[in-house]
Amino acid sequence: MKHTISVIVENKPGVLARVAGLFSARGYNIASLAVSETLDPTISCMTIVVEAEDEKILEQIKKQLNKLIDVIKVTDFTKKEHVERELILVKVNCPVKDKIKLEGLLNKYIAKIIKYKDNAAIIEVVGEEAQIKQLLEALNQFGVIDLIRTGKIAMI
Amino acid sequence: MTGAQILIECLKREGVEVIFGYPGGSVLPIFDKLYDADIKFILTRHEQGAAHAADGYARATGKTGVCLATSGPGATNLTTGIANAYMDSIPVVAITGQVKSFLIGNDAFQEADVTGVTRPITKHNYLVKNVNDLARIIREAFHIASTGRPGPVLIDIPVDIQQKDIDFIWPETVDIRGYKPTYIGHPGQIKKAAKLIAKANKPIIYAGGGVITSGASPELKALAEKIKAPVTWTLMGIGCFPATHELALGMLGMHGTAYANHATMESDLIIAVGARFDDRVTGRIDKFAPYAKVIHIDIDPSSISKNVKVDIPIVGDARNILKELLEEIDKIPDTSDWLKTIQAWKRKHPLTYQYKGKINPQYVIEQIDEVTGGEAIIATEVGQNQMWAAQWYKYKYPRTFISSGGLGTMGFGFPAAMGAKVGKPEKIVFDVAGDGSIQMNIQELATCVCNKINVKVAILNNGYLGMVRQWQELFYKKRYSYTCLYNPDFVKLAESYGASGIRVTKKEDVRPAIEKAIAIDNTVFIDFIVEPEENVYPMVPAGEAINRMIGGMA
Repeated sequence: MKHTISVIVENKPGVLARVAGLFSARGYNIASLAVSETLDPTISCMTIVVEAEDEKILEQIKKQLNKLIDVIKVTDFTKKEHVERELILVKVNCPVKDKIKLEGLLNKYIAKIIKYKDNAAIIEVVGEEAQIKQLLEALNQFGVIDLIRTGKIAMI
Repeated sequence: MTGAQILIECLKREGVEVIFGYPGGSVLPIFDKLYDADIKFILTRHEQGAAHAADGYARATGKTGVCLATSGPGATNLTTGIANAYMDSIPVVAITGQVKSFLIGNDAFQEADVTGVTRPITKHNYLVKNVNDLARIIREAFHIASTGRPGPVLIDIPVDIQQKDIDFIWPETVDIRGYKPTYIGHPGQIKKAAKLIAKANKPIIYAGGGVITSGASPELKALAEKIKAPVTWTLMGIGCFPATHELALGMLGMHGTAYANHATMESDLIIAVGARFDDRVTGRIDKFAPYAKVIHIDIDPSSISKNVKVDIPIVGDARNILKELLEEIDKIPDTSDWLKTIQAWKRKHPLTYQYKGKINPQYVIEQIDEVTGGEAIIATEVGQNQMWAAQWYKYKYPRTFISSGGLGTMGFGFPAAMGAKVGKPEKIVFDVAGDGSIQMNIQELATCVCNKINVKVAILNNGYLGMVRQWQELFYKKRYSYTCLYNPDFVKLAESYGASGIRVTKKEDVRPAIEKAIAIDNTVFIDFIVEPEENVYPMVPAGEAINRMIGGMA
């Protein structure tokens, strides 16, 4: 099961390595990670998405995260009502003749072409996981050339 | 003041009496200030020795141990000692020099990313980048190392920071927003625990190193006597409860007593105090204590339900919680039948060994126990020597057994004994060693002799890496792959350092040799030539339930 965990930390060098180390030491792959300063510039927020086969190990990781001196708070959003968003950039093949069709598709989502050059469009998409997945499948008909994601962020 | 002066001043204010360490290029400014500082400095002969000595000092005294080394190899040589302290939750502050700030990351001479290397083996670590942070960092380091679940903290200080001159400001308080250990147990949980205890017929107290850390031995004894429950302990828990007490079961687990293991397996309630259900204790986890409910008292929430499902977790300081629990218990369980069963097991399956013509290592430990009246501090190396020292000496007090539990570090015992003797000069301190382990930090003989730190080293010399050989005998068809040792003459070796050496080959000479070693005002190596293929029993093979012992009752 996928877990979205928010870790509030001191905004200091080395903290990311400490947090990441707890996952890597147990052979856990971080699916996505978004880190940034918060309203208080001395504090950063890390939103970590991790696939946990064993809930017990995840529970252990959360406890270990809490033990880190630089970690102020750990919240597992998975079982809480929350909103989450991710931004992705996706480049697709799009000859001029297909541009209207592509725009028609994008209109159904929070998505738009932000650059168009050499018969290819770079599209910006914002949304929840399910919406993004749906759109990406639909974009396959154009031919996806490249894809990059920010990783999920979440808020209660 | 310069950074180096600030460091010394802070160490004094933290109450540091002694530093174990080794100089080098990146700590020259600190050593220049140490030259006339009124803090005792003990020059070890290897940085690993310094780390273990600081650890042994901390275990014997309860204070925070301090070690100091230069950058690069000096710092990496500390790492085994740091990892050792981390696994056993020992308060140590390790201070390392680092190359100049502007050279960091430049592959400078004697540079290593020490905060990177020690990240997973310290409770916390710091790279000091601004001299104005130095005093605060040192305060925080001592606070973090010694509170909550203790552990080592490393401070990496670049040379230029040591040299920078600023006004010294001592931070009066420490406030770390991400670090607030829980000391007081939840009253509701304590009530529940008291109720569960009242209903138990076969309770057992399982005590670990946390009892010693929190100073909860008197409360533990009071609890055992109040509810009439037998007490077993982990390797780290040795000394937390007197081995001579009628409710004492001795150590449990892989080399625990048969009666401790059977009592644990048959119990209907385990009261775990400051112990973490390590794999050497539980054996095969799905077969562990099948009838028992578990109350788990621990200051570290991540220890709870890590290995064994816990029915009533109580997070907090063991001493506080045991005090509260003692007040809360009004109904006392009837354990008389249970205690009778345990007495029968004790009579039927005592620890035992057979005399085969050569000195039994167990006998050596028994004799050290008799001669010292159980009043000595015993440090150990790792392997058979450690298990025999755990089984055959009757420890009566906390902080008298000093051994590498979690990491299992060969070479720990001798420098740790040295650190313990520095902290407790009035005590007789023995290192129980094997002929393999003692050679892993034997250079500290020079440190002992130079500083008149009189440690008695009992080498149980069987010419093997005994514990590995034992496993090879039992599980690898006696194929003794690289476990047979060629050894130096330990007597001559000790003498060449200016220490004393005694060789003992006959049983009747064991006791006089121990008495003589204690009487000699010097560090002494006693080379006991023991039965070469003696095994540690009982033994639970890896992956078996703990009542499936070899050499116990099956």
